[in-house]
Amino acid sequence: MATRTRYAPDRGLTVRMTVTMFLLGLVFVAFVAAIIGALIAAHQSAAFIVVIALVFGGGSAFISLFYSDKIALAAAGAREVSPQEMPKLHGIVDRLCALADMDKPRVALAPTSMPNAFATGRNSKNSVLCVTEGLLNSRLGLSDEELEGVLAHELSHVAHKDVQVMTIASLLAIVAGLLVRFAFYSEIFGGGRRNNNQNALPIIAIIMVVSVVVYAISFLLIRVLSRYRELAADRSGALLTGQPSALASALTKVSNGMSGIPTQDLRTAEPMNAFYFAPAMKLQRGGGRGEGGSSLSAIFSTHPSLEKRIEQLAKIQAQLNDVSPGAKGLK
Amino acid sequence: MGFLDVLLGRTKPVQPKLDDLFALPSAAIQLQAATGFTPTGSGSVCFRAVEGKTFADIQKEVRELLDLDNSKPGGGGLPVEVTKDSYGFTWLISNHMSDEVDTLVTDLHAVNSALVDNGFGPQLLCTMVAFADENHRRMALVYLYKRGTFYPFAPVNEGRQQRDNALELQVKGVLSEDLKIEPELNRWMALWGAPGL
Repeated sequence: MATRTRYAPDRGLTVRMTVTMFLLGLVFVAFVAAIIGALIAAHQSAAFIVVIALVFGGGSAFISLFYSDKIALAAAGAREVSPQEMPKLHGIVDRLCALADMDKPRVALAPTSMPNAFATGRNSKNSVLCVTEGLLNSRLGLSDEELEGVLAHELSHVAHKDVQVMTIASLLAIVAGLLVRFAFYSEIFGGGRRNNNQNALPIIAIIMVVSVVVYAISFLLIRVLSRYRELAADRSGALLTGQPSALASALTKVSNGMSGIPTQDLRTAEPMNAFYFAPAMKLQRGGGRGEGGSSLSAIFSTHPSLEKRIEQLAKIQAQLNDVSPGAKGLK
Repeated sequence: MGFLDVLLGRTKPVQPKLDDLFALPSAAIQLQAATGFTPTGSGSVCFRAVEGKTFADIQKEVRELLDLDNSKPGGGGLPVEVTKDSYGFTWLISNHMSDEVDTLVTDLHAVNSALVDNGFGPQLLCTMVAFADENHRRMALVYLYKRGTFYPFAPVNEGRQQRDNALELQVKGVLSEDLKIEPELNRWMALWGAPGL
């Protein structure tokens, strides 16, 4: 039995995200091909570097994924809170999880004055949802519905397995970055010992150049992917609560609340930017809104602009209020 | 959620399971026989209202429909109450005589199907039917729409947020053959201040 639905998927977003992932995969294949090509003519020293980079890169990615909840909580200085300590917060999460039919994540509180929230964890059973004290602070003036919107956004990240997807997507950049470093050191320190291997140096140089290019491209693609996944989480969060406007107004408040916080505090939170509700650090825009500056910062940003996010939520609002859903007619 | 949904970052809104609710009347008889808890005749549907006029109109229609039914001869005669709890969820409360669990469940089902028919099925959270025993202990059977399962909720001290876990587990044992009881205890969500309890 087909039922009416008001929750049509966003084709455009799906297509854009697929293209980004395809490009990322393409870069990956090209990268592997280039490395294998270099290794065919290769020498143990070059092969050794690649293997070490793969082991280190893969290992660190696996560890950061496996312990992502603990690492993130430690980095944010957060601690878990029980339902007795914060009944309201737990109550909202309880209801959202029942509505979405998902496992309830642990709930944590970070003693930061910057209003923000993040969710992380390797799977739904081990995930943790963390909010900062600044988010709950009455000075920010977030209403319960707005707070619910923020939490629904974070729960959507958990449901979409964004930590896993982004870790795998970043794997390539990590390995490429390590290769650059290892190749660089082996040129410096290993050069003297390889007099009998005249080919070794150019091959290592090639690997290094390829890795730099791959690193740069995949870095940009990961940022693009991150922005699309933020939009996807906004979308799912708004559909879950049925209150897109509350989420939009929460976004506005959190973004405004963040601009007044000292830079020192923001920088320390920067490494975990990708999992935050709103970006913790904005790229410096010289003076006013320089046109060149703002487009550059848009490319490097992990989050879409506030305007874009609010625009999407307005569309969802219209969709939810469509009087005749599924006009194609069926029930 | 499928692999593709994960990859593309989308969630399919979960549709509610409605049919298991009809197991409630027979379970109520079993519960009374085994524990002495009888239905108070009050039951409610809890859902997350969607912003905007479309949803408000549907909600109004449902309410009028139920009120119309109840004012007929043989109907319960009591109007439907609507309240909003502190979490922003809406509760539609239907009151009947304590021996009319069948009618109560039919009422609750009418609310469910109205929301589902209009495409708002994913907004349904839970339904709650209240029970009480001779010692004025209160207890509710809660139906989780998305899971299609029931669980007991027995508040003891609202202010200090204590639940009578022993009673809840006893009820679980008594009803495990009549109802699908939610197997994961951490999904036995507390509903403090739920109207009608």
